[in-house]
Amino acid sequence: MFDDFFIRALIAGIGVAFVTGPLGCFVVWRRLSYFGDTLAHSALLGVTMALAFEINIAISIFIISSVIAIILVKLEKNTNLPGDALLGLLAHSALAVGLVVIGFLSFIRFDVMGLLFGDILAVNVDDLIIIWGGGAIILIVLKIIWKPLFASTVNYELAEAEGLNPDRAKAIFTILMAAIIAISIKIVGLLLITGMLIIPTAMARNISDTPKKMVIFSICGGLLSVIMGLFSSLQFNTPSGPSIIAAALLLFVISLFKIKQTIKLKN
Amino acid sequence: MTIENNVLVKLTEVGLKQRNKWLVKGVSLIVERRKIVTLIGPNGSGKSTTAKIAIGLHKNIEGNVEKFTDKIGYVPQKISIDWTLPLKVSDFMVLTDELDEEKINEALKLTGADHLKNQNLGNLSGGEFQRVLLARAVSKKPDLLVLDEPVQGVDFTGEIALYKLIKEIADKLNCGILLISHDLHTVMTATDHVICLNGHVCCSGTPKDVAMNNEYKLLFGEQASQTLSIYEHKHDHVHSNDGDIKKN
Repeated sequence: MFDDFFIRALIAGIGVAFVTGPLGCFVVWRRLSYFGDTLAHSALLGVTMALAFEINIAISIFIISSVIAIILVKLEKNTNLPGDALLGLLAHSALAVGLVVIGFLSFIRFDVMGLLFGDILAVNVDDLIIIWGGGAIILIVLKIIWKPLFASTVNYELAEAEGLNPDRAKAIFTILMAAIIAISIKIVGLLLITGMLIIPTAMARNISDTPKKMVIFSICGGLLSVIMGLFSSLQFNTPSGPSIIAAALLLFVISLFKIKQTIKLKN
Repeated sequence: MTIENNVLVKLTEVGLKQRNKWLVKGVSLIVERRKIVTLIGPNGSGKSTTAKIAIGLHKNIEGNVEKFTDKIGYVPQKISIDWTLPLKVSDFMVLTDELDEEKINEALKLTGADHLKNQNLGNLSGGEFQRVLLARAVSKKPDLLVLDEPVQGVDFTGEIALYKLIKEIADKLNCGILLISHDLHTVMTATDHVICLNGHVCCSGTPKDVAMNNEYKLLFGEQASQTLSIYEHKHDHVHSNDGDIKKN
């Protein structure tokens, strides 16, 4: 069953969508989309490290993204620069350094386009194990930290005053972000991972009135986007990442009509 | 932790220094059961900081905080929920703790917010939102309520209604209240002790009974004058712009 490259890509994409749904909700609620971008861009450096030292790509990306997240926290504490400037600095530096290092690794046959935009031909059985195994771990950890993370998203001080530990939840969530980027890079590509986190969630926001519904619709939207995107990728020979994101955008546009209806009902 | 002599929390000469600047210094206060302590002072005078020290939110403080209860209800200052998070009042009530349906209803009823239960938080008015926040704080039947500017963003009539409500809750729950007021001169009549802060305790005392004073009665109206009182400051020093303190 896993012999067919398309089936493998589909199973991988579905696994990714189950994790990007709930994580994406927190990215939107906590306004972390640019932060997600920064981690994703630094993934390129992770890939080059993996190639240079011949280690697993997902593990290498996970390590580099976590290091970038730690550097960001340190810089925020020790400089007077605003958060978005630091994010931009790290995102573009990591991307640039990654591309420079790739230049040095010219002896390795390397598909940069596949890395940036996703490549369904590249998904192998090992990737499936990493995506589903890693994804399960991410979701379990998220379930454990859900209460403090969600409460501090609503109001930090309220959560802290009532005995939850928002700082620890935030730190763990950052690690989860690095992990989701590591496992979804082959399907979506590093330039579009944040899109996979945000667009189905934005669609879900348009049609939900509780956080729980928003998470569920976000997962459904992600699954639909992956399935539609991958089939059209196969059909039209387009890169998988952009096809999935375009499908997600289509769903978002459709969800806008639902808002219009609700506004009409209110009036 | 046992509650002796009805003392719920006792601060002795507490201070907090951040980035080489004292936010508050040398503040002592006691909140007892069935007593209301009101903190007043200009912006940046350390009112919220003092309240946070009292509930244990600040580490690395100077001085001594003795807490005799863990059952603390807290209403933070300036909380805003934006549209990105769809949240109903009933979800908000169970944000940090599991509560059964009955307790949620009871708390919302106590603060007169039971009709808002299925509303989205983003659609509430300032006064409605403060009532919901108050309901959250009282839902666990706390011994100590810490209210950081509970009447902000509420108009004058709403303010009086909220102060009345706070007094009712205090009586019903038999708890102590540490209240921060945004107003320098008017405080709840029910206040037992007023502390005026400006980095340190400038003066403290009891509020003057407005209801007795005809002039204030005219100014505030009959209804309001039973709820609001004037606090007359008795400072023995002045704060200059560069932070120096001069004795009068």
